[in-house]
Amino acid sequence: MSLAGFDNPVLDQQATFRAVMQALAEPGRILPAGARVGDASPLGPVARAIALSLLDFEVQFHLAPSLAEAEGDITFHTGSRRTDRRDDAEFAFVTLARDALDLAAYAQGTPDYPDRSTTVIIKVESLAGGPAMTIRGPGIAGTRRLEIPGLPADFAAQWAANAGRAPLGVDLIFVTNEAVLGLPRSTRIIEEAR
Amino acid sequence: MSRTAENYRGYNFAYLDEQTKRMIRRAILKAIAIPGYQVPFASREMPMPYGWGTGGVQVTAAILGPSDVLKVIDQGADDTTNAVSIRQFFEKTAGVETTTETEKATVIQTRHRIPEAKLQGHQVLVYQVPIPEPLRFLEPRETETRTLHALAEYGLMHVRLYEDIAQHGHIAKTYDYPVLVAHRYVMAPSPIPKFDNPKMHESAALQLFGAGREKRIYAIPPHTKVVSLDFEDHPFEATKFEQPCALCGATDSYLDEVITDDKGGRMFVCSDTHHCESRRAEGHVGRLGTPAAPVTEAAE
Repeated sequence: MSLAGFDNPVLDQQATFRAVMQALAEPGRILPAGARVGDASPLGPVARAIALSLLDFEVQFHLAPSLAEAEGDITFHTGSRRTDRRDDAEFAFVTLARDALDLAAYAQGTPDYPDRSTTVIIKVESLAGGPAMTIRGPGIAGTRRLEIPGLPADFAAQWAANAGRAPLGVDLIFVTNEAVLGLPRSTRIIEEAR
Repeated sequence: MSRTAENYRGYNFAYLDEQTKRMIRRAILKAIAIPGYQVPFASREMPMPYGWGTGGVQVTAAILGPSDVLKVIDQGADDTTNAVSIRQFFEKTAGVETTTETEKATVIQTRHRIPEAKLQGHQVLVYQVPIPEPLRFLEPRETETRTLHALAEYGLMHVRLYEDIAQHGHIAKTYDYPVLVAHRYVMAPSPIPKFDNPKMHESAALQLFGAGREKRIYAIPPHTKVVSLDFEDHPFEATKFEQPCALCGATDSYLDEVITDDKGGRMFVCSDTHHCESRRAEGHVGRLGTPAAPVTEAAE
């Protein structure tokens, strides 16, 4: 199976990037994805657009088991290499409903170079309607509510550990088939609904 | 699209090739996630010399899209060489709409000023940065400054500010005044006057910093705490002016000194040209200003 790339690579990549940039600049805000490409991909059209926009021969990616089939497609379109080691990957792709989420397993960066960490792109069914969490941090005026359904029970604990490593740690980009939501390492969960 | 295609014939959209843009974009995403941390990037040679804003231009080129409206300022002015050249550069290579009106712009590239008008959430401010490392003149070794940042060891900077107090009785630094971003990284705000420092704090707009020669990108996300370094007994104070703008009478803007003759004559005018023009259009007149002509007459 081979899937087509962007209709207009230059402008579609720019739009995809700008949505991701805005998502990380305003954590927890649901934003329309910049572009969609390849509905049939196991990644879904938005995560695939992000892969095609940000990956190239300079970086490696990791695929969670549920997305293993996407390797050939990503490699073909981007020239990026898949790695088996999560702590070697600049980008990682996960399906929330089907893969285990272990944030500590990814590259966290080093004290000298906290930027050498993994950006984890997480495919979810929806970005709203789940149990509410209150978040705060850079990019948020006051506080914001996060309501992603289906997060693992220990997500708040994992995220607190990730925040505890700051300025090291991973950054998350949640995607549905239409939208993106960013959760950079600088964001804190200050209240969790039980 | 056709207008764009027409304009950038021979060049990729916004000049840079796509691989370079991806590399810069990845650096920008990390910079936003780690506010105030300088992300190294593979800065390219640009068709302008270092010191003319190669870092800012690369950041702008990487984020710019066809629907953006670009404003470029140099020391607050839209009509100086650097600003005009960069604006024309993106008109030619990206075909984007440009403006001199702060409120209309979605991307504002700046050299050494923050516009007086309050920036909004949909706007991005891109700074041209000459020396991104605030500790560089205190510690020349990159390996060492990197460790100091890793350990959040900023005693050197406080000693430097203290020495000012010991020598001059006050902190004498008036531009590129160091700030602490999100309680973690000490950051050089680029050589903006310290008058502008408070505008960085909790700004609604995303702020991106590009240093081309030094190959660093850093960022302040919107609504982020940005604190100018100071001491309890010597608190940070933004520059104040003793007189209003001579053209528009503004008392709350940053002023440039303009020499008017060879007999010691001088005037102080707004450095932000758009701010001054829009105030005059609203009917404000300063000491040496003339009332603005109504728009209809000016057109004839």
